[in-house]
Amino acid sequence: MISLEVNGKRYDVEVTPEVPLLWVLREYLKLTGTKYGCGANMCGACTVHVDGKAQRSCQLAVGDVKDRKITTIEGIPEDHPVKKAWRLEQTPQCGYCQPGQIMQAIALLTEDPNPSDQRIINAMEGILCRCGTYPRIKRAIKRVVREGKKL
Amino acid sequence: MNPSITRREFLKKSLAGAGMTIAICVTPSGSRILSAQEVKKDLFRPNAWLQITPDNIITVIVNKSEMGQGVYTSLPMILAEELEADWKQVKVKGAPARDEYKDPVFGMQLTGGSTSVRHMFEPLRKAGAAAREMLVSAAAETWGVPPGECEARQGWVRHRKSARKLNYGELCDKASKLPIPENPPLKKGYEFKLIGTRVPRLDLQEKIDGKATFGIDVFVPDMLYAAISRPPAYGAKIVSYENEAAKKIPGVQHVIVTDRGIAVCAKTIDGAWKGRMALNAEWDKGTHSDLNSETLEKNFLQHLNQPGLSAKKEGNTENALGKAAKKLEAIYLLPYLYHATLEPMNCTAHVRQDRCDLWVPTQFQSGALMSAEKITGLKPEQIHIHTTYLGGGFGRRAEVDVVEEALHISKATGKPIKLVWTREEDVKNDFYRPGNCCRIEAGLDQQGRIVAWSHKVVVPSIFARFFPQMVKDGIDPAAVEGISDMEYEIPNLNVEYVKIDTPIPVGFWRSVGHSHNAFTVESFIDELAYLAKRDPLEFRMSHLRKRPRAQQVLRVAAERAGWGKPLRKGHGRGIAYHYSFGSHVVHIAEVSVDKTEGKIKVHKVVSAVDCGPVVNLDTVKAQIEGATLFGLSAALMEKIQFSNGGVENESFYNYELIRMSDVPEIEVNVLRSREKLGGVGEPGVPPIAPAVANAVFNASGIRVRSLPMTPETILKAMKKI
Repeated sequence: MISLEVNGKRYDVEVTPEVPLLWVLREYLKLTGTKYGCGANMCGACTVHVDGKAQRSCQLAVGDVKDRKITTIEGIPEDHPVKKAWRLEQTPQCGYCQPGQIMQAIALLTEDPNPSDQRIINAMEGILCRCGTYPRIKRAIKRVVREGKKL
Repeated sequence: MNPSITRREFLKKSLAGAGMTIAICVTPSGSRILSAQEVKKDLFRPNAWLQITPDNIITVIVNKSEMGQGVYTSLPMILAEELEADWKQVKVKGAPARDEYKDPVFGMQLTGGSTSVRHMFEPLRKAGAAAREMLVSAAAETWGVPPGECEARQGWVRHRKSARKLNYGELCDKASKLPIPENPPLKKGYEFKLIGTRVPRLDLQEKIDGKATFGIDVFVPDMLYAAISRPPAYGAKIVSYENEAAKKIPGVQHVIVTDRGIAVCAKTIDGAWKGRMALNAEWDKGTHSDLNSETLEKNFLQHLNQPGLSAKKEGNTENALGKAAKKLEAIYLLPYLYHATLEPMNCTAHVRQDRCDLWVPTQFQSGALMSAEKITGLKPEQIHIHTTYLGGGFGRRAEVDVVEEALHISKATGKPIKLVWTREEDVKNDFYRPGNCCRIEAGLDQQGRIVAWSHKVVVPSIFARFFPQMVKDGIDPAAVEGISDMEYEIPNLNVEYVKIDTPIPVGFWRSVGHSHNAFTVESFIDELAYLAKRDPLEFRMSHLRKRPRAQQVLRVAAERAGWGKPLRKGHGRGIAYHYSFGSHVVHIAEVSVDKTEGKIKVHKVVSAVDCGPVVNLDTVKAQIEGATLFGLSAALMEKIQFSNGGVENESFYNYELIRMSDVPEIEVNVLRSREKLGGVGEPGVPPIAPAVANAVFNASGIRVRSLPMTPETILKAMKKI
């Protein structure tokens, strides 16, 4: 049994500690916004926040994060400036990678509310989008910066 | 396969839909079966495509799969336009797999070929118009006035003279009892208020919130997770596996031998994957152990010496080549490519004695239905297909391999089965974009005009497996598309096809044959322009004299890109034009080349598109942006490698996709056009690779005749200068 804090809520999960956090979130807690893409830290579809930092949940053993604060896309309010910018730029296409993109963008903008283009690229480089929404992801991030709302 | 179904047929089909139970509903966010009690009895459902309920909600039923291309918005827009609905009232639902939801042209329920808007435009307009007329009649009857005095607008029917109005929700009960009109009048194009505008997509909010249900997000009570240990090489047979070791893993309940490999079923996904590992399966070398990237390329090139089947013969090419003032010959070689949908293949199946349910992100409901009929022996009406959102399709999800696997395992275990492939399985078990090569020979006259073009293509056949009836006289239409029907005016044209057979499965990859043929045609046109010492844009224009649409996209792109204007030192510009899926697209790329490292940087792409009348403007732009990057990714870095009779690549660390650092600035110009409707999902792909290759030549003098344009390819091509 492992006790976890996700999106401000405590969950007790019947699972062994080496199981990746990704699968615990998705298949045990049914928080399916966090996606499986590769299981190898190469696509970023599984990005969540652990104590506010963007992390790949496929690379984290659930036993190692039991005392940390975990936030998934479901824990980000609908009116969050980043989600709003994503909507206004009509960013997603198939939408599969977008929770990971949004979680990574929030982590970036929380750390640096006015990132340079290079900083945006460096932060977002780890998250693949096969539909090619990258130009809109960039625009959405810049929109948040422009509107200057504190995250 | 008649594209224009008659009004009567349409209504007959629609009524057949209305007469069927609607207790099975698929919501955009996944699928659920409604109990009969959940279905409101007083809803207005004049045909298969919409329903209106007293709460004034209009639900449009979409028979096409939403895989990012925006059909869950564009198709409802078409219906809502004629219905005169208030867009705020409109909701969308995915259709079940049923006869009335078959594509009227394909005769199947299939999303592909950039056809959704093209094929559904007329049926959905008629459906909306019929419902609108019925609502008007219902209001007129309520007020005791002639219907001619009533008008439907923005979700209301109004009677001007008496200033009375009723909304659609208030009218739906009465309307549902009226006869369906035979010939509802359709709007003229200039009367469109919604079509042609920029409408926010209906599916985006739940995608942004992480609440959208993809196939991988489906849960069914008591389901087991399945994982399959698969052969590492084509034709490999199992030598040994440890059944008992797998069964010792907690949660593992079944180990089953299937056609595709050894399946392990467990209560948890980690149990299934650990169980598969514990199998310790060993396989023999397979049937093609000498297959590797080198032998394969050699095999393709050798096939160029075989006689081909004639796909096009116009004039006398041999004779004209003999008399040409200048001649050029080139050989191009292109790789196998992986679809790489970010959501890996998956399917959840529940096979019972008298019912089968499938939850699957599929482009091909009719194919899934046929598989289920065959494997379960059940009747179509006992099979329920719930199409979820698709985490990418690109043609991969027209295949039903994963559906068959889930069905077999569910049938064997009697349990609902959720089968999710790993990325490695997905990379190694694709139906790839076929590798291919070609030889082109062309001649110019004294004035620098193309007088003859001879083109021999070597490529495996996709249609021979998928739709063999489409192969005519041995010619796979995908093999030569974009060559035998190229827009350029060439008096002597000879196109030959050599079919090559390999054990590697091939399938539809976004833009199919155009994805390779546009590269060779547009690269070679560019080579000819330089041979003729003419400007590549002017050279193209002069061979498109009777093609005003092609000329216009070229003109717009050139103007926007500043064609002919000076560039930064070391930068080069390249242009490519291609017509596919009913649409004309031009890309102009600006690149620079690092000659010591062989690395290409694409700085900017300016595109112009004529896809005929536009339904959702922003979706068209998004599709061209996305297609540009899909094509650019392949052009710069994608290649499936083979070794020891199987696929060598494993995951995104050795099959790389484009990431943000390589993304250029993209400007999409959508032309105002009253021409025939064209597709938008695919046509942006074909011209990007040649635009970049031509820009590389312009920047560096390096002519690239094979893809991808990795540093290795560039450095190799440099040696040939």
